Amino acid sequence: MDENISISVSGLSKSYGKVSAIKNANFQINKGEIVGLLGPNGAGKSTTMRIIGGLLNADSGTATVCGLPVADSSLAIKRKIGFMQENNPLPEDLRVMEYLKLRAELKEVDPQKISAEVRRVMDLCDLFRTARRKIIRTLSKGFKQRVGIADALIGSPEIIILDEPTIGLDPHQIQGIRNLINSLRGIYTVLISSHILSEIERNCDRVIIINHGRVVAMGTQAELSAEFINDNYLKLQVSGNSEHLIERLKSSGDEYEIAEASTSENDDCTILIKSKKALEIAHYTKMVDQISHCQLIGINLVKPDLEAIFLAATKRSWDEVRPTH
Amino acid sequence: MKFMGHFFTLVRHEVRLLFIAPPTYVASVLFLLLMGFIYWAILRSMTLMPQDTSSISQFFSLFWLPVFFTVPLLTMRSIAEEKNQATLQILFSAPIPTYAIVLSKFFAAYLLYVILWVLTLYFPIITYNLLSDNLSNASLVDRSAILGSLLFILLSGILFIAIGIFSSSLTRSQLVAGMLCFTFLFIICIGGQQLEYATYNYFTQGSFFFESIQYVNVIRHFEDFSLGILDTRPFVFYLSISILLLSLTVNLIDSEA
Repeated sequence: MDENISISVSGLSKSYGKVSAIKNANFQINKGEIVGLLGPNGAGKSTTMRIIGGLLNADSGTATVCGLPVADSSLAIKRKIGFMQENNPLPEDLRVMEYLKLRAELKEVDPQKISAEVRRVMDLCDLFRTARRKIIRTLSKGFKQRVGIADALIGSPEIIILDEPTIGLDPHQIQGIRNLINSLRGIYTVLISSHILSEIERNCDRVIIINHGRVVAMGTQAELSAEFINDNYLKLQVSGNSEHLIERLKSSGDEYEIAEASTSENDDCTILIKSKKALEIAHYTKMVDQISHCQLIGINLVKPDLEAIFLAATKRSWDEVRPTH
Repeated sequence: MKFMGHFFTLVRHEVRLLFIAPPTYVASVLFLLLMGFIYWAILRSMTLMPQDTSSISQFFSLFWLPVFFTVPLLTMRSIAEEKNQATLQILFSAPIPTYAIVLSKFFAAYLLYVILWVLTLYFPIITYNLLSDNLSNASLVDRSAILGSLLFILLSGILFIAIGIFSSSLTRSQLVAGMLCFTFLFIICIGGQQLEYATYNYFTQGSFFFESIQYVNVIRHFEDFSLGILDTRPFVFYLSISILLLSLTVNLIDSEA
């Protein structure tokens, strides 16, 4: 077993009655990585996380955490995992500090160090100053999420699993949670699921895309982009005689197409060029220069974002499972 | 040792939750009011005509009456509410075995149940202190009857609370859990006695069926205990069914995970 691997999932399957939640999932997560689990609703993200966290038994396949098989060592792996569950259920009647102290006791933190540990996670999640004495029921959604994350961090487990930590939060709260997750980089192995693609894009070293219970893509954003996005994009911003430029682009005979062309209020024009082949900035800069009364404002190659990768990866998996007639 | 650590932490937590839950106070107030009224009614009837049994034996012989509402109120929330709010999942994410969770809920409710019954001992003590010292008031604190009855209450309470915990694990609704618990308690408390009445003429004394029906008659167990008759069979009956119900609860919760 490679000591550098924190989580390893092999041939994992789980069904709820006739509905298959995960089918033969395989992936590995290395120590210290922040990995994003992406997928549409009902794709099997939470089920996968719950199996890894020892909260759910798989029908077949194996999941190992720090080299320990989850099925055989459920209690032992729970000592290595901090888990914030989907919808973040919390006992509403307890105060934040009471709850975190209880969790520290249950997570077998040394009794002498419980107060210090609770203080540490409250400081990390910015709870100590504002919310430590508040009853959980009275907290805002954002603070409840922070309590859930603080709970996951108690006892410094090797792995942190966060199931939809930013769901239902406003942009300020999302930024706070994002900074918090970024502060965990290199200290913990973090597995995070989110519907907010920009969150995963900004926080995660690697992405695992799940659809229909199957892992349909896995890798860094660049790797996924190379695998799923076949087209290259180049964005041109010009002012002046943009109609001539568009005509020139259309008539040049090069293997590309104009994916988008729009003109702003001050007559600046933005043109998005799409091609299967590599697009060279110099070639298009020269082309603009050759057109009279047309000035180049900006030119850049457009890097496909995670949304495009996600849509391409899930579309491919939809196409694969769709029955053929 | 880790199990004991988790267990005591969870019992503390559960007792705290019980003390901040309104049903606990409703159950306690109703219980003490009803038992106070029953004790007063027994004393009053003793002043009207001579009685064969002591006031304390009569008092505890109506144990089933408060059990019907106290036990459901104390236990209906325990697992059903946690299932409903998904907070049981938080406990499962910590390295705690399921049986520690179930046992902690059981012991917390049982502790409160015992405290409520122990509080009823103040009724004879207060009466004893109010009355002038004579022969009749000595029967108010008949020690053998108190000890026998209390031992029965403690023993049968294990089963009643286990029934409550089990009922709570069957559903996500507190209300349904309470109703299920009441039904099971009714069957176990009154069912045995009614079965004995109904079959009295059909089976000869000492036959297997006659003995079996007597074995499950909770009211008869109380009568034996209050007379100071300590038989091991009721201990086996209450403890074995309690262990069975708590094991079923653990399995039910595990199967839902």
